[in-house]
Amino acid sequence: MTTVEQAVPLAARTRSERLVRFITRTPIHIGLIGIAVIWLVPTVGLAVTSFRKPNNIASSGWWHALTQWDWTLHNYGSVINATGMGHAWVNSVIITVPATILPLTLGALAAFGFAWVPFPFRDTLFLIIVALMIVPIQTSLVPLLKLFAQHGHLNNNYYGIWLAHTAFGLPLAVFLLRNFFITLPKDLIEAARIDGASNLSIFRRIVVPLSVPALASFGIFQFLWVWNDLLMALIFVSDPNKQPMTVRIPYLLSTYGQEYNLLAAAAFLLMIVPLIVFFALQRYFVQGLLAGSVKT
Amino acid sequence: MSIQPIPTQLDGPPPSEGRRLRPWSAFERVQGMLFVLPALVVLAIFLIYPAYYTIRLAFYEGDFHFGFFHYLGIQNFKELLTNDKDFLDLSKFPPSGALINNVRWVIFYISLSLLIGLGLAVLAVRVRYERAVKTAIFVPMAISATAVGIIWLFVYSPSPDMGVLNALLHAFDSGFHPVAWLGRPNLVNYALIFAYVWASVGFVMVVLSAAIKGIPAEIMEAARVDGAGEWNIFRRIMLPMLSLPLSVVTIWLFINVIKVFDIIYVMTGGGPGTSSRVIAFTMYEETFQNGRPGYGAAVAVIMLVLIAPVMVLNVRRFRSEKVVA
Repeated sequence: MTTVEQAVPLAARTRSERLVRFITRTPIHIGLIGIAVIWLVPTVGLAVTSFRKPNNIASSGWWHALTQWDWTLHNYGSVINATGMGHAWVNSVIITVPATILPLTLGALAAFGFAWVPFPFRDTLFLIIVALMIVPIQTSLVPLLKLFAQHGHLNNNYYGIWLAHTAFGLPLAVFLLRNFFITLPKDLIEAARIDGASNLSIFRRIVVPLSVPALASFGIFQFLWVWNDLLMALIFVSDPNKQPMTVRIPYLLSTYGQEYNLLAAAAFLLMIVPLIVFFALQRYFVQGLLAGSVKT
Repeated sequence: MSIQPIPTQLDGPPPSEGRRLRPWSAFERVQGMLFVLPALVVLAIFLIYPAYYTIRLAFYEGDFHFGFFHYLGIQNFKELLTNDKDFLDLSKFPPSGALINNVRWVIFYISLSLLIGLGLAVLAVRVRYERAVKTAIFVPMAISATAVGIIWLFVYSPSPDMGVLNALLHAFDSGFHPVAWLGRPNLVNYALIFAYVWASVGFVMVVLSAAIKGIPAEIMEAARVDGAGEWNIFRRIMLPMLSLPLSVVTIWLFINVIKVFDIIYVMTGGGPGTSSRVIAFTMYEETFQNGRPGYGAAVAVIMLVLIAPVMVLNVRRFRSEKVVA
C-alpha cells in the first residue's frame, strides 16, 4: 500500500520534472545551436563560393548552391596557376617551417637553463623575458628593416623574417617551456646529475623526451602565428615573388576584387593548413592555450 | 664573492634537501648562461635594441633611411595628440580619429567577446553535443586575419547575391535595402569589430570553459541542495571563482585590440576615408605609406605605453605566483 502511494507521486514528479527540464532547457539548445550556426555560416559561405562557377556566383547567392548542384574545382586551378597563389603557398611554407623550428630550439634550450641550471641573475633575466612577451611588433618594424637593409639585404631573402619571427616567438617559448620543465620530477634530474650526466645530455635524453606535449603546444602556436602573420611579412619580405599568401591575397583583392571565385579559393587555400594542423593536434593546441593564458 | 644563487625560490634547482655528492663546479655555475645565451642574443638584437631605437626615433624627424634626421623633442607627440584630426579629433561630437576608434574597439570588442564567450562556456557544459558546439566556435581562432577578412567581406557584401547578411535581412523584411556595412563611416568600425569578435570568442570560451570544469562539483552540488537557483549559482559561485581566468582573458583581449591591424588592412584599408583607422594602422600608414618614420615611431611608442601596464601586471603576478606555488 504505502509503496504504491509513494510510487505514484514520485513517478508523476519525475515526469513533470522532465517536462519542466525540457521546457527550461529548450532556450539553451536554441541559443547554443543558433550561435554555432551563426559562427559556421561565414566559413561555409566562403567554402561553398570557392567551388562555384563564376556565372553562378554572379547570378545567385552561395546559399542557393546547396540546392542546385553545379560545383567545380576550376577556381582552384586558376588561382594556383594564373594568380601565382600556388607559389605564394610554397613561400608561406618556406617562411613558416624555419620560423617555427628556430624559436622552438632556442626557446627549449633557454627554458632548460632557466628551469634546471642555476646561474647569476637567472630570475631577473627570466622576468625580463616575461615582460617582453607582449611587446608590440610595431616597435621593431622600422629598426629591423633598416638593419636588414644594411646587412646583406636580408629583406630580399628569408633570413630577416625568420630571425624576426624567432625573436617574437622566443619569449612565449621560454615562458611556456620553462613552466613545463619545472614540473618534471626533480629526483629524476638529480639522479642523472649524480650519475655524472652533463646538463646537455640531461636536456637531450630526459627533458626533451618528457616534454613532447609542451614542445608540441608551442610548435603549433608558433606555426599558426607565422603562417597567419600578415604585418611582418608585409614589411620584411619586399620581393613579390617571395611573399607569402597572407600578403598576396590582399593584392589579389585589389586587382581581382570582383572575382569572388578566385578570392574564395585563395582564402580557402590559406585556411586549409591551419585547419588541418588544428584538427590533427587540437589537444596540444588547447593545452598550450590554457598553459599560456591561465598561468600568465 | 660567491656566484652561487640564493635558493629562495621553491621551484627549480639548486636542490635544497639532501646534499650534493659533489659541489657545483665553476663551469657548471656559468653553464646555465650558455643555455640561455642564444635566446638572449636574439632577443637583444631583434627585440630590445629595436624598441630602444624606435623610442629614440619618436623624438626625431626620421629620414628616408629611417635615420635620425632632425631632433624634434616631443613635437611628434604634440602633433599626434593635438593637431592630427585623423588620430584624435575632440573638436566635434562624437569625437573621432584612430585613437577614438581604438577606444571603440576596446569597449565593444572586449565586452562582446567576454559576454558571448562566457555565455557559451556556461551553457555548453550542459548539453551532450558540447564538443561539436565548441569546435564550431573555436575554428575561426586558427584562421589568419587575412582569411577572416575575406570571409567577412563576403558576408558584408552589399551585393544581394553575395552578402548573406543583407540577404538575410531582406528575407525578413522585403522592403529592406542592402547596406554597405563597410562603406559607411558610422557603421564600418562596428562591422570590423564584430568580424574580429567572431574570430576571438573561441579563445574566451575555451579558457573559461576549462576554468568552469575546474570548479569542484561538490561546491555546486552543495549550493543546489541548499536550494540555490541556477542564476544565483552563476552569480555567487561561478563568477567569483572565474575572476582570475576572466581577468587573464580580458588582458589578452586588450593586448589584441591595441595591436589590431591585419583585419583592417585587408577589409577596409582604414577607409572609407580614414574612418576605420586604429593606432596600429596609423603607425603603418605614417611610416610606410606617408614616409614619416619619426611620426610613425611616436605612434608605436603610444602603443607601447598603452601595453606597458599589462607588462608590469604580468611580471607582478608571476612573482607573486612563485611565492604561492
